[in-house]
This record gives sequence, C-alpha cells and structure tokens, in this order.
Amino acid sequence: MGKYILKRIVGLVVLLLGITIITFAVIHIAPGKPTDLEAQFNPKVSMEARERIAHLYGLDKPLHVQYIEWLKRFARFDFGISFMDSRPVAQKILERIPITLTIELVSIILILLIGIPIGVASAVKEGSFYDRFMTVFVFIGFAVPTFWLSLILMDFIGVRWGILPISGIKSLEFEKFGNFEKIIDVSRHLILPVFVSAFGGLAGISRYMRSSMLHVLKQDYIRTARAKGLSEKEVLYKHALKNAFLPVVTILGLSVPGLIGGSVIFESIFSIPGMGRLFYESVMARDYPVIMGVLVIGAILTLLGNLLADISYAAVDPRIKLE
Amino acid sequence: MLPLHTVMNKLTLFGLGIVGFFIIIAIFAPMIASYNPGQIDIENILTPPSSSHIFGTDSLGRDLFSRMVYGTRISLMVGFIAVGIAAIIGIALGAIAGYYGKWIGAVIMRFIDIMLCFPTFFLILAVIALLEPSIINIMIVIGATSWMGIARLIRAEIISLKERDFIYAERAIGAGDLRIITRHLIPNAMAPVLVSITFGIAGAILVESSLSFLGIGVQPPTPSWGNILSEGKAVMGAGWWMMLFPGIAIFITVLGYNLLGEGIREKLLR
Repeated sequence: MGKYILKRIVGLVVLLLGITIITFAVIHIAPGKPTDLEAQFNPKVSMEARERIAHLYGLDKPLHVQYIEWLKRFARFDFGISFMDSRPVAQKILERIPITLTIELVSIILILLIGIPIGVASAVKEGSFYDRFMTVFVFIGFAVPTFWLSLILMDFIGVRWGILPISGIKSLEFEKFGNFEKIIDVSRHLILPVFVSAFGGLAGISRYMRSSMLHVLKQDYIRTARAKGLSEKEVLYKHALKNAFLPVVTILGLSVPGLIGGSVIFESIFSIPGMGRLFYESVMARDYPVIMGVLVIGAILTLLGNLLADISYAAVDPRIKLE
Repeated sequence: MLPLHTVMNKLTLFGLGIVGFFIIIAIFAPMIASYNPGQIDIENILTPPSSSHIFGTDSLGRDLFSRMVYGTRISLMVGFIAVGIAAIIGIALGAIAGYYGKWIGAVIMRFIDIMLCFPTFFLILAVIALLEPSIINIMIVIGATSWMGIARLIRAEIISLKERDFIYAERAIGAGDLRIITRHLIPNAMAPVLVSITFGIAGAILVESSLSFLGIGVQPPTPSWGNILSEGKAVMGAGWWMMLFPGIAIFITVLGYNLLGEGIREKLLR
C-alpha cells in the first residue's frame, strides 16, 4: 500500500509540472503579449496594470527564464496581485475554495446516496418498466443544460413561488440570526445550487452503477453465492454491490473536473461567492493573474480528487497493490 | 440494404430523426425563417407567441422563431467543426501513440493525463478570455480541449490491431508506416471513435451554449441558442418564451445526439 501511494505521488509531481507548463503556455497564447495587444483594446487594464503584469511574468526575458521564475513564485503560492482590487491572488482564491468545495462535496454525497440505489434497482429489474423509466430519466438528465435548469428553478421556485432564496449564500439580515438560524439560512441558499450541481452527475453515476451491477450479477461468484443458499438480499448487498461499486469510484474521480468546471455556471447564476464565480468575474475583467491562479488551483484540486479516488480504490480492492 | 427499423431500435431512430430535423432546419434556414433574424421592430417588443410571431419577439422586437432557426446553424456548425477538430487531433495523436509506443507513446499519454487534469470549462474560459470570443476561436478551443478521449480509444484499438496477421501481410508486401496507419489501422479502429464523436457533438453544443449564455461565446447580434437564453435571463418573468424555446431546442438536440450515439454503440460494439 505504502509503495503504491509513493508511486502515485511521483506520478503526481510529473503531472503537476505538466499542469504548470500548459498554464504557462496559455498565458502566451494571446496574440503578442497579454500586455500590449489585448490591453490596447481593453480599457479595464490600465497602463500601470500593464507594467505590473509585464513585470510579474517577466515578459521581456527569454521563455525558459520566464517559466522558471514563474514556477519559483508558483511554488511559494505567489500568483501575483489581482488587477481588480490589488489583493494577492492566492488569498482571493483561498477564501473562495471552501464554499465551492462544500457545494461539490454535498453534491457528490447526494449523487452517491441517490444514484447508486437507482442504478442497482435498474440492474436488478433489468428490462422492467422501472428500468426503462429510469433509462429515459438518465437520458433527460444528460441532455438538460445546467444553466437552463438553473434559470427555470430560479424563475419558478425562487421568483414565482418564493419558496427558496435564489442569490448569494446568506440573507441580508444574516448577522442578526442565532447560530441555528444561520445554519438554516445558509442551507436554504444552497439547496438550488447543490441540486443543479448534482443533477447531471446523478444521471451519469446511476447509469454506470447499472451497467457495473449488470456485469457483476453475471459473474460466477454470484451464482456460487446463490447456490450456497444465501438470501437474495445478502447476494445483492454483501457480494454484488461491493464489487459493482469499485469502477464507480474511478468514474467519480474522473467527474471531479466536470464538477469544478460546472461551478462557473451555477455559481455565476446563483451569485455564489465561490471559485467558479471568481473565475467568471476574472475572465470578464481580463484579470490575468487571477485567471492563471484559478486554472492551476482547479487542476490541482482535480489531481487531488483523482488521487483520493485511486487510493480509496486501492484500499478497498487488495488486487491493486499487487500490480 | 436492410430497412432502417430492423437495424435500429425505436430510440435510436428517434435520435436520428431529431438530428436530421435540425440539420434540415440549419441548411434551409433562409427559407424556413419568416423574418430577417436581425430585423429590429421597436413597436413589437417582447410580444408573446402569436400567429404573426409564432415564438414571440425578443427585447428588440426581433422575431424569435427566425433567430432560433438561424441559431440552429450556429450551434450545429460549432458542434460539428469543434468535434471535427477534436477528432483530427485525437486520431493523429492516438494513432502515433498506439503504433510507435515506446517513448513517443509514453509522452503522448502523459500529455493526455495532464490535459485531463484541467477542469475543461476553466481551460476553455481562460483561453477565450485571452483570445477573442469569435465563433472560429470557440470552435478551435472546444476542439483543442476535447480530443483526449478519442486519442485514448484509437490508441487502445491500434495496439490490439497492429499485431494482427493482415498488418504483417501488409508489411510483407512493403507498405510503409504511413500507409499502414492511414489505410488499415485507423479505418479499422473507427467504430468506438464514431460513438465518441456522436456524443462529442452533443457535448460541444452544450459547451457552446453555456459559453454564449455566460456572454463569452457567440456574440450578439449573431443569434445562437445560448445567447438568446442569456437575453431571456435579462427579461425573466416578462418573456417566458425567450427562455422556453431555446432551452428546449438545446435539450432536444443534445438528447438526439445522445440517443443516436447510444444506438451506434449498441450496434457496433457488441
């Protein structure tokens, strides 16, 4: 196990270097330098800011020197100063991460709690009315655009019926609330964003769970379990479910970048002050240091998500260690 | 040739029907649209659907139906070309990685792993922010960030194909690497890629509409389903038709490509 984790971490360093190289390449994608061509047409970037970015990226130096200096600062989590409010980029991003992570974690838990039973039931009753109904639901879930779903929910649940708040994460009178009311208030604000964020993933995971379960149910050891007289419940939940769940863990790890990327959409629609909205605002304002910072940190979060999925996979499945 | 319904099940046919329907709309847009999509009519701002404007009008009095019809062109074009770009990059890199293996293959695979770490939507937004949100840039950026799945599929297929007898035979009669890869390996490895491309079109249409909705995609006055929805958000409550119709169009189109992709997968890969 220890050797496996060590091997993974070495691979991680290689990936991390790759991420920084691509991010660095992105900075240089702009025609000419981000300081001249783009900025000329962009009144939001002042002369002073232009000089600052030229200095930050050392744009007058050769490329490899630029990269190494950028990497050194990156290792110290120094992403420079935001154009918009002159605050350190790292600080701006760090204070936004908890909100985004909370929403993503709650979404993932919801996806697992709801998606897995749906998938298992579909597999067990393969071909039944319920299975076909769920298949249709899954295809609908895949096809509904997140932003459209958000708008409809906002319009009906928020504006027309006034059931839930639709903007931000706390009410105006938040400070006057007691502790319990504060928790209720934040939860009420998070219901719609979490629902929207979980919706697409729910369709995916239940589908994977279904096909994984179908595969497992055809295996010999399931026949053996039935043959030795175990109840159907024990066969399904003790023997089949554990094995069918494994590939889903990997899929869950792979869906992390999608979840983080999706945060841009629902956070900007619901005005959630998380990483996605920070990114959107920075893109609109061409705030390059923040854009680059979020890009790198988003990739690192994905990397950590995948690592976590792989390690938990190895922890559950002893065969992994041998490879 | 067999009649279609014996080859495909009902859902696949339904998907194919949707895909065909929107392609026809896109091709014949000028004949189908009843108004000029850019024609502003200040006397008819935000009128609900009626016999003269079957989908109503937008906040500048433009005919929503005509804008949707022309938007179909934009959305499908972005979807097709973006996925075409992804397919070209993915097939080329995947074939090289699969055929040559060794260090070239290892480098390409590491590159794919690195690309997969980025939340794609973040990467797309960052590049669009640095460039300009023109339709061409959007197609290139979506294509350049969504080829990794195709590359992996092609590589896996080619690794198993290249040891087959017909490839040895080809080599024995003196065929070069390029000929073997382009004439024999890639055509035989295309089945899973076709499935991936079909799903990819759905994905690209979703990404384009999300970008346009956020205001960083197709720029008005050029109509796209995403930017019509964005204008619809601005008049939420005063013009439900501006949110309903483009949303349904995106939803049905994506559904169509997904159903078609699933159908092709069942036919080809089982």
